[in-house]
Amino acid sequence: MPGPALSRPADPDDEPVIDVRDLRMRYGKTDVLNGVSFTARRGEVLALLGPNGAGKTTTIEILEGFRMRSAGQVSVLGVDPAHGGEAWRARIGIVLQSWRDHRKWRVRELLANLGRYYAPYSSPEASRPWDPDELIGTVGLTEHAHKRIRQLSGGQRRRLDVAVGIVGRPELLFLDEPTAGFDPEARREFHDLVHRLADREEATILLTTHDLDEAEKLADRIMILANGTIIADGSADELSRRMSTEAEVRWSRDGQRFVHSAGDPAGFVRELFRQYGGSVEDLEVSRASLEDTYMALVRQFESGHGQGAESKFGMVTS
Amino acid sequence: MTDGAGVIGAGPARGRAIRAAVRAGLNHGWIELSHCFTMFEDAFEILPLPLISIVVLLAAGARHVHVPGTHFAFGGTILAGMLVMNVGLNGIASLGVQLTGEREDGTLLRAKATPNGMLGYLIGKIIVVSGTIMITVVGLLVVGLAPFSGLALGRTVNWLTLAWVLALGLLATLPIGAVLGSLFPSIRSANVMMIGNLGLIGISGIFYPITHLPTWLQWVGQAFPVYWLGLGVRSALLPGNLAAVEIGHSWRHLATAGVLVAWAIAGLVLAPILMRRVARREAGSSVAARRERIIQGVTV
Repeated sequence: MPGPALSRPADPDDEPVIDVRDLRMRYGKTDVLNGVSFTARRGEVLALLGPNGAGKTTTIEILEGFRMRSAGQVSVLGVDPAHGGEAWRARIGIVLQSWRDHRKWRVRELLANLGRYYAPYSSPEASRPWDPDELIGTVGLTEHAHKRIRQLSGGQRRRLDVAVGIVGRPELLFLDEPTAGFDPEARREFHDLVHRLADREEATILLTTHDLDEAEKLADRIMILANGTIIADGSADELSRRMSTEAEVRWSRDGQRFVHSAGDPAGFVRELFRQYGGSVEDLEVSRASLEDTYMALVRQFESGHGQGAESKFGMVTS
Repeated sequence: MTDGAGVIGAGPARGRAIRAAVRAGLNHGWIELSHCFTMFEDAFEILPLPLISIVVLLAAGARHVHVPGTHFAFGGTILAGMLVMNVGLNGIASLGVQLTGEREDGTLLRAKATPNGMLGYLIGKIIVVSGTIMITVVGLLVVGLAPFSGLALGRTVNWLTLAWVLALGLLATLPIGAVLGSLFPSIRSANVMMIGNLGLIGISGIFYPITHLPTWLQWVGQAFPVYWLGLGVRSALLPGNLAAVEIGHSWRHLATAGVLVAWAIAGLVLAPILMRRVARREAGSSVAARRERIIQGVTV
């Protein structure tokens, strides 16, 4: 009988690619995750942001099926990762923190070999695997295709790691601290690569980082993880609006400069104009930067005022 | 794509995925094996044994050194010993060391992140290790064809004996290597395995008749497959009258097959269980943690 034998049952677009509810993880007597909940929609780029030791890697490893959870419900591409089979694995791609493997292999050799495993899982929607030469071009390694992997520079090696992660054309890609140890240029190239993947491949991407700037550049949505819970979840813009309660208003009048912190900048400016009218010049209203508010939020949360911080800033859920 | 199976996980689709993984594993093995011919450091791991045996053979042959009480060239027994050492060392230790090392560098985790990747990885490793062993065996046998080696390589029956002994020897030793590779936590502790293995070779009567060892040590030696592998290889390569120096003055083929098969069965049962346990524990953070320990170990 003709038909797409290998295709997965088409899931409706509104079904989340990742659905995590009240995820808990405990090592011995230490709670690493205490009640993480979030969802990711198809095609979304999500950044899991947080200080070191916040539980980012634990979370991502549970989603990858590499780690058993203590409690909670997790569904990744409609499957519980704890029982994800090989067909499920064929649909996800993983780029981990520290690959040093296959150092004697040549770049093209490795990608062609790994691609073979994905061929049986090809479907009309996703033709697997990615052609090795095309893939090498996509990650910008064409001139290094026949080099041995150990001869690659750090940035090139990382791009190869991404190529390996996407060789099976994953519907969901995990990137764990993808640019740790990069110089600014390599970081920028890497960001371009992730943008291309998200646009062209329509893959859902979940990345962890402790670099707020990176999260802001790459992600449609940022989740901030601190002390094992998500303390904020929203777009960079939403977060900076919800998280910063005060804005800075600067203006000058009669050649004198003024600065004022205002909880309600619009009301403050209205009042300013009512009082001084035309003599107000060089008006500037700015939010505290996302980074400042992120640092303040995390610091406040870690110093034990977690509950307060959450209620003060308000949980942003999109 | 017309087999009608809705999803992979059952029937022909799953079979196709397994076949793809087996082919990828064969390809993996072939690529790594080809590194032995294209990379100096890999070639360096294979070359010493045949080279040393050529030197020993030439030296012993030139000076007409014979096994005491016989007309058999001493170099021939050395060559047989080299051959067994090659199988024993590589089959047990090098597979174990490779598995430990590749757990450390993330290769195993990569295999785990790939659909059916562990199957392909294992097939690849078996090909690499047994291929490396066979290349050395062929190298040694070519040396052994030299007339002064005195080896009994003219008769088909000897070749057949050699074939079954080597096949059973690999089946008995490779799973032990996999088991040990699963047990040792780091590459540094895995070096203990190499030393232990050398000790085992010392008491297995490979270069020196086991009958000259204390009786209790003879029993220890006979408990391990390396002794039997050696006995079988000697029975294939050496003239029949040299059985005189063996235990019971016999090549004991039946016992050889029995012990090797028993080790093979034990290993083939244990190895998958332990390897699954190891694979289950692999995650990105464990690879990172091991790297951290290595870096600290170097700087301290």
